[in-house]
Amino acid sequence: MTQLLLFNVFNGLIVGAFYALMALGLSLILNLSGVINFAHGGFLALGAYIAYTLTPYVGFWGGLAIAPFATAAVGLVVERVLIRRVYGRDPLYSLLLTFGLAYIFEDVLRAIWGAQSVPYPIPPELATPLSSEFFFLTGYRLFMVGLAAAVVVGLFLILNRTRLGMRIRAGTADLETVSVLGVNVGMLRTLNFGMGIYLAGLAGVLAAGMLGLQPTIGTSLIMPSFVAIIVGGLGSLPGTLLGGLLLGVASGITTVYFPSATEAVIYVMMGLVLLVRPRGLLGEEGRVQ
Amino acid sequence: MKRVPAAAWTVLIWIVLLTMPYWMNAVGGYTELASRVLVLGLAAMSLNFLLGFTGVLSFGHAAYFGLGAYGAAMTIKYIAPSTPLGILVGVAAGTLAAMVIGALIARLRGVYFAMVTIAFGQVFYFIAFRWNSVTGGDDGVTGWKRQALDLGFTRIDLLGNDKAFYYFVLFCFAIAVTLMWLLLRSPFGRTLLAIRENERRARFLGIPVEQHIWLSFVISCFFVSIAGTLYALLNNFTDPRALRWDQSGTFVIMAVLGGMRSFWGPLIGAAIFVVLQDYVSSHTENWMSFIGLFFVLVVLFFPRGVLGMLRRKGVT
Repeated sequence: MTQLLLFNVFNGLIVGAFYALMALGLSLILNLSGVINFAHGGFLALGAYIAYTLTPYVGFWGGLAIAPFATAAVGLVVERVLIRRVYGRDPLYSLLLTFGLAYIFEDVLRAIWGAQSVPYPIPPELATPLSSEFFFLTGYRLFMVGLAAAVVVGLFLILNRTRLGMRIRAGTADLETVSVLGVNVGMLRTLNFGMGIYLAGLAGVLAAGMLGLQPTIGTSLIMPSFVAIIVGGLGSLPGTLLGGLLLGVASGITTVYFPSATEAVIYVMMGLVLLVRPRGLLGEEGRVQ
Repeated sequence: MKRVPAAAWTVLIWIVLLTMPYWMNAVGGYTELASRVLVLGLAAMSLNFLLGFTGVLSFGHAAYFGLGAYGAAMTIKYIAPSTPLGILVGVAAGTLAAMVIGALIARLRGVYFAMVTIAFGQVFYFIAFRWNSVTGGDDGVTGWKRQALDLGFTRIDLLGNDKAFYYFVLFCFAIAVTLMWLLLRSPFGRTLLAIRENERRARFLGIPVEQHIWLSFVISCFFVSIAGTLYALLNNFTDPRALRWDQSGTFVIMAVLGGMRSFWGPLIGAAIFVVLQDYVSSHTENWMSFIGLFFVLVVLFFPRGVLGMLRRKGVT
């Protein structure tokens, strides 16, 4: 029983890391540009499929390194051509636009790579369990958690230690002033969008190695990511991270005791948080409005 | 160009709705398609009560639509083979859920409100999807049919007679829409418009804004769950897709496409969308791309909707 519980807590942590990577990207875009990116799941799946296509030529590591950047490049184009047209308009329009994009993504992915699930090969040195007692601790799973943690640390370093990060944070607080101070806000938003999509692409590659690969892989991860942002608190990136991990672990534990409620539990948590603390766990006062 | 008075529009729309089954076949449609336009039109108009007339964006209305559908389907299948009872139970289920969830979210605004409605919408999807033994899981509630309407002096066969069912739907539609219209003309409806135009000013005038938004949300969900029950009756079937988030998105695009600021706009948006979807999905496998592209085009080129465009032309 303990082993089962441990297994599911660890599993939940991994799933939570996916939620967090995805939700952090969503949060970045939402905070600076006020856009809820429904197509985020589509980008995630795109990243995974790009890696899947590249792997035969550049190997697993090459795919892991290149695919997220390639996805981000697609993201930059989409932002430049479409998303920027709805900045500053009612959030309704960005929702509908990205909603339409999500449809197109899923359909195009299906047209190119097929609707069937395809296996995504991971290197054998990562696939073996580290010990027979804790069979679930494969190298790949540890690697995923480690890499996700490293990327999150990197993200926070960029935001807190670099000029670009400083501008993004300043823009989140007051975009108009930042613009008046001579920062190219359009470019800032584009780069910020690219960073968010990079995280989605990376999450896609990692998730493919664990869950297999199908066109709907992103759709199943996007709703929990929304919930992670709400639970963590709108406007707070540490909150988003906390929210993602919390939800993953909670659904992992629920799997042990009440399997059919695995998905529902995160919405129950959201309801409780909204009841007690409408701005989310780490959300700032005033951002609710 | 002179503006056509609103009353003329209303009369025209009722004439079209009343005669639709008789010319639908001539223009390449079928009676069931007409019923579908009515049902989804009612759903889009219900959403617009909140979106267009209160200024609050819900992206999760499919939840209450789907609760209505499941309520009706399961009542007829398990409890009693009665169409009115099914509608009653479905509407009660949707409205009750909206009361609870509305209380949790009435304080939120803007993007945050939209996100929370999306997320809450998924709760019911997962319940329907997972609770196999009761809801049939992914396959949905099957093995039941809409029942004939027993009025005491006569029985109306809703199942075999497509036209009879259309007029039954039109009857429910008319009641709902009239109620909606009366509500919007009442002091309560005017207050909602005031909140939409300037929430802070409304608050300073002493209007309890949260209560009004909650009530508007519940009323809107009440109407959308009526549409949901009719949807289940129309298909003789319901499945989790009726309450998934993409269904919510469809309602929003219908409202926007027709024109959010007009009473009848969402119905026109629904008509365009339903006919287009019917046409595209029967001609290509890649209908999702077309619908997605349609969303993008509407946002970029028709943000005010069909009636919004007409109205602007009329002014200039």
